[in-house]
Amino acid sequence: MEPLERYRPIIDDFEAFRAACERPLGIAVRVNTIKADVDRAMATLDEDGIPVEQADWNPRVLRLETNAPGSTWASFHGFIHTQEEVSAVPPVVLDPEPGDRVFDACAAPGGKATQLAALLDDRGTVVANDNNLGRLSALRFNAERLGATSLAVTNQDARNFSFNPLAFDAFDHALVDAPCSCEGTIRKNPTTLEEWTLDHVHSVAGIQKGILKRAVQATKPGGTVVYSTCTFAPEENEAVVQHALGTTDCHLVDIDIGLESVPGITEWQDETYEGSLEKAIRIYPHHNDTGGFFVAKLEVGSA
Amino acid sequence: MSDGDSSDGESNVGQRFDRLPATASERVVAGRATRAEVLEYFEDRFEIPPETFDEYTFWEKGAGKIWIFSGESPSPAPVEAIGMTCLRTRQEHWKPTTDFVQRFGRQANACVIDIEREAARRFVCGEDQSLEWDGDWGYLIVAHEIAGEREPIGVGLYLHGELRSTVPKGRQREL
Ligand SMILES: C[S@@+](CC[C@H](N)C(=O)[O-])C[C@H]1O[C@@H](n2cnc3c(N)ncnc32)[C@H](O)[C@@H]1O
Repeated sequence: MEPLERYRPIIDDFEAFRAACERPLGIAVRVNTIKADVDRAMATLDEDGIPVEQADWNPRVLRLETNAPGSTWASFHGFIHTQEEVSAVPPVVLDPEPGDRVFDACAAPGGKATQLAALLDDRGTVVANDNNLGRLSALRFNAERLGATSLAVTNQDARNFSFNPLAFDAFDHALVDAPCSCEGTIRKNPTTLEEWTLDHVHSVAGIQKGILKRAVQATKPGGTVVYSTCTFAPEENEAVVQHALGTTDCHLVDIDIGLESVPGITEWQDETYEGSLEKAIRIYPHHNDTGGFFVAKLEVGSA
Repeated sequence: MSDGDSSDGESNVGQRFDRLPATASERVVAGRATRAEVLEYFEDRFEIPPETFDEYTFWEKGAGKIWIFSGESPSPAPVEAIGMTCLRTRQEHWKPTTDFVQRFGRQANACVIDIEREAARRFVCGEDQSLEWDGDWGYLIVAHEIAGEREPIGVGLYLHGELRSTVPKGRQREL
């Protein structure tokens, strides 16, 4: 928990934040609308004998009272996918439409890639990329169980992503759900912070900058790029977006998601960030009783 | 891959995805199924209307493994995966995959065997079981009723009064 102390100056109700980080996280699933609508998924869970509550901000996100959501008919049929509630936010913010060409730069194990496919009604192309082949095999398993036919899976370093294997040379939308120090997953993995070092934060920030920059370049003018992490460190959040603003042609746009959050910050230690970073959102565990997330929405081209 | 060689030198390359030819007259790789044959198989065996697949393409990787894809891609496609696996060809009896049947099997009207909850539970564990069935033998779509509607579970092999589960190990569950 000690690394979290550094956020005392930027988090208003720090004690509530600390307390929430110590509570275990409830189980949430996303309804996979490729295979079943929300009513059918809920009726199936009801037959499975599992109490369900819909999230206010998104009817496709269900909170379950069970420790084994995978051992249900709803899961076997691929009607639901276990996914942390806040982890369902970035694809909703990206908001792609059927037929779109969508890039998921860091896609494994595929929770968000399959959610993107569902948002496309499984019509269009989701390029689900990851540089880790082992994690890609988990993604492929999930994609098949969920019946996603719109995914093309690639194994590249997203920093130098090449369109060579594809039929087009620009995306309509891109999601960068970056590798990060994962501080926001503390409620799910209480040991997350044991290996925390500032050096790791800085080195992963370098990778994040490279991936986000390439994703913006790979997206057509007018298209959107969502950058997300499950960490609180400004070095991996606002600083990475600021780098993209400075090195590529893009600008921040507002996010309207219906979950409690606070704006991105514009000052951290000796750094200052552009005022538009307040359009990004920070979701803290005590806000909605979830994990922590950072989400920024960029539009390619000038405002 | 030795089984893909054909007279004009085109062959089946195991590690990439090639789009299926529309019909036999466009086939250059020997032994490769055509789109027309795949649609015919689903229609003849399961009465799945061919229009179901109007907006999908079919691809082969390796010898006989067919994938279904709804996106855009050049052929060959040098990617790790394209859509989902749907069918095993290049063997006497073609066999659909569990995940394909779960995704598209609701369109089927033939060779669908409906089983009770307890039998469904055993099927999903990978167990074989004795069951009555007076339709065709061979690969069947196994379905049960869930939340008031028929829902395909997977693929069974029906022979001599026995329904064998083909649910892959990684997909088996104790429910
Ligand atoms: C936070 S996880 C992604 C989770 C995924 N979006 C989901 O919803 O299931 C970050 C991923 O980035 C991948 N990664 C790390 N460095 C990368 C790079 N240079 N290029 C592409 N992917 C990378 C990791 O292998 C990891 O799977």
